[in-house]
Amino acid sequence: MATILLIAEQAHGHLKKATLSALSAAQQLAQKNGGQIQAVVVGAGAGQSAQELAAFVPTVHTVEGPAFEHALAETHAAAAAEAAKKTGATEVVLAATAYGKDIAPRIAAKLGAGIASDVLAVVSANQFKRAMWAGNAIATVEVTTPVKVVTVRATEFPAAQKGASAGKVQPIAVSAPAPKTRFIEFNEVKSARPELTEASVVVSGGRGTKGDFKPIEALADALNAAVGASRAVVDAGWQPNDLQVGQTGKVVAPKLYIAAGISGAIQHLAGMKGSKTIVAVNKDAEAPIFQVADYGLVGDLFKALPELTDEVKKLKG
Amino acid sequence: MKILVTVKRVEDYESKIKVKPDNSWIVTEGVNYRANPFDEIAVEESLRLRDANAPSEVVAVSIGGGAAQAEIRSALAMGADRGILVKHDGFLDSDAVARLLQKVIEKEKPDLVLMGKQAVDVDDNVTGQLLAEYLGWGQATFASKKESLESAEEKAKKPGLRLGADKKTLQVAREVDGGLEVLEVQLPAIVTVDLRLNVPRYASLPNIMKAKKKPIEETAPGALGVDVAAKVKVVRVEAPPARAAGMKVPDVATLVKKLHEDAKVI
Repeated sequence: MATILLIAEQAHGHLKKATLSALSAAQQLAQKNGGQIQAVVVGAGAGQSAQELAAFVPTVHTVEGPAFEHALAETHAAAAAEAAKKTGATEVVLAATAYGKDIAPRIAAKLGAGIASDVLAVVSANQFKRAMWAGNAIATVEVTTPVKVVTVRATEFPAAQKGASAGKVQPIAVSAPAPKTRFIEFNEVKSARPELTEASVVVSGGRGTKGDFKPIEALADALNAAVGASRAVVDAGWQPNDLQVGQTGKVVAPKLYIAAGISGAIQHLAGMKGSKTIVAVNKDAEAPIFQVADYGLVGDLFKALPELTDEVKKLKG
Repeated sequence: MKILVTVKRVEDYESKIKVKPDNSWIVTEGVNYRANPFDEIAVEESLRLRDANAPSEVVAVSIGGGAAQAEIRSALAMGADRGILVKHDGFLDSDAVARLLQKVIEKEKPDLVLMGKQAVDVDDNVTGQLLAEYLGWGQATFASKKESLESAEEKAKKPGLRLGADKKTLQVAREVDGGLEVLEVQLPAIVTVDLRLNVPRYASLPNIMKAKKKPIEETAPGALGVDVAAKVKVVRVEAPPARAAGMKVPDVATLVKKLHEDAKVI
């Protein structure tokens, strides 16, 4: 029977939520080809994350040790590819996060596999839908190789449900290659707010904020929302890079997306038009953002957002 | 040092993209073409590194039909020294592109390969990583920098990638989820660049004139000994689902009412 291998993503013993979306894509794939899902977790804290993942997957392999401490593409791809060979995997599935995008192609190259990246839907055992031209076209691609690697856009797949019984966790022995890369440091952008790609409400600001994000942040806090930004805002250095929503930034699909002072360039829309409900606040009634907004308010965000924040607070009592 | 930089000819992102009625591809008639914007950032960075580390050379490589000469010329007009065109008409999957580049690199033996993190046509984001694995090299994807694009460092056109004192390593700040990760890669290496590494320069008129005299070598998949059969085929292209038309609301009170009672999202 075919094995589908899920490559989990974790940091310091905590499983990343996107992994559970990748798992539900793997489950869809299993339904199409009758395969069985196993998972592998690589890196420092893999054992702990694997316990968490075992509630969802019957067999979870772990790879730990000094060689795998940092998420270097060379070592993590080598471990994942070796795990794929040992488990006889014909499909390797990852979330299309920065980590997944970094390592998946190297896994594919090691396995002689074709790779379908950032897929939106599983069409059949070897066909997948994915966005091209900044989401202006949706392609169905066919992977023709016996082994396939697939990275999935986490916002397009629901988080998988827990299994009936807990799975088993077992270390898997893989050789540790000597990488040509060395980890130096990680400069974390700390925030008390929910993570952008995981939040159910996102409030984003654009050029219209003129760099003043106070009204955006106040509304976000009232809604327990994540803060996002347009490319113009990030390019200007007004907000950190990792807040950028768009084709070239984060792709988000919350239940509520509020765009304030964002004109709605194609590349921004590509990153948020999968949101369930979209609200746009913009002074310019002709701004393209209104074409994708469910509710549009033409007006000054510096007036509208504080009012909206007050109303939300009243509503939440 | 010798730097190889890739430039792909892609549909201008400001062009309206329409799907062909037979769903085989997009309509290419009447569409403007240009160099992939991420590749332009790679070209800019290669020029900054070259100029900060003389004597160095920048070689711009493109894979595509004869028309891709134009994108190589634009890299030469920005300041690259010479070009290589791997001539091929029709679709190539990213894996074939990586294997073609591998052959070019084995011949050219650059110290560093700079590429856009993705081409804005197929939006794959895999070629650089595939290439690194095929070559057995280290990689640093999504290269960015700590300084903003409004910073003094950027205005002084300083390289965002930091070459080690012995010129055998490169420090790269990578844009990853939750922050910036700094890696040191041994050269030769593959670096794919993200949006905020630099602001690419415009080619000046004298440099555009000079670029016309710079050499572009031509080769082809056959000459490089690469079978370009696709591992990943595009079998259908369709327009994205349209969003239902929304409504304008007159004031915040109405908006809150709609969000609370109709959409039930607050």
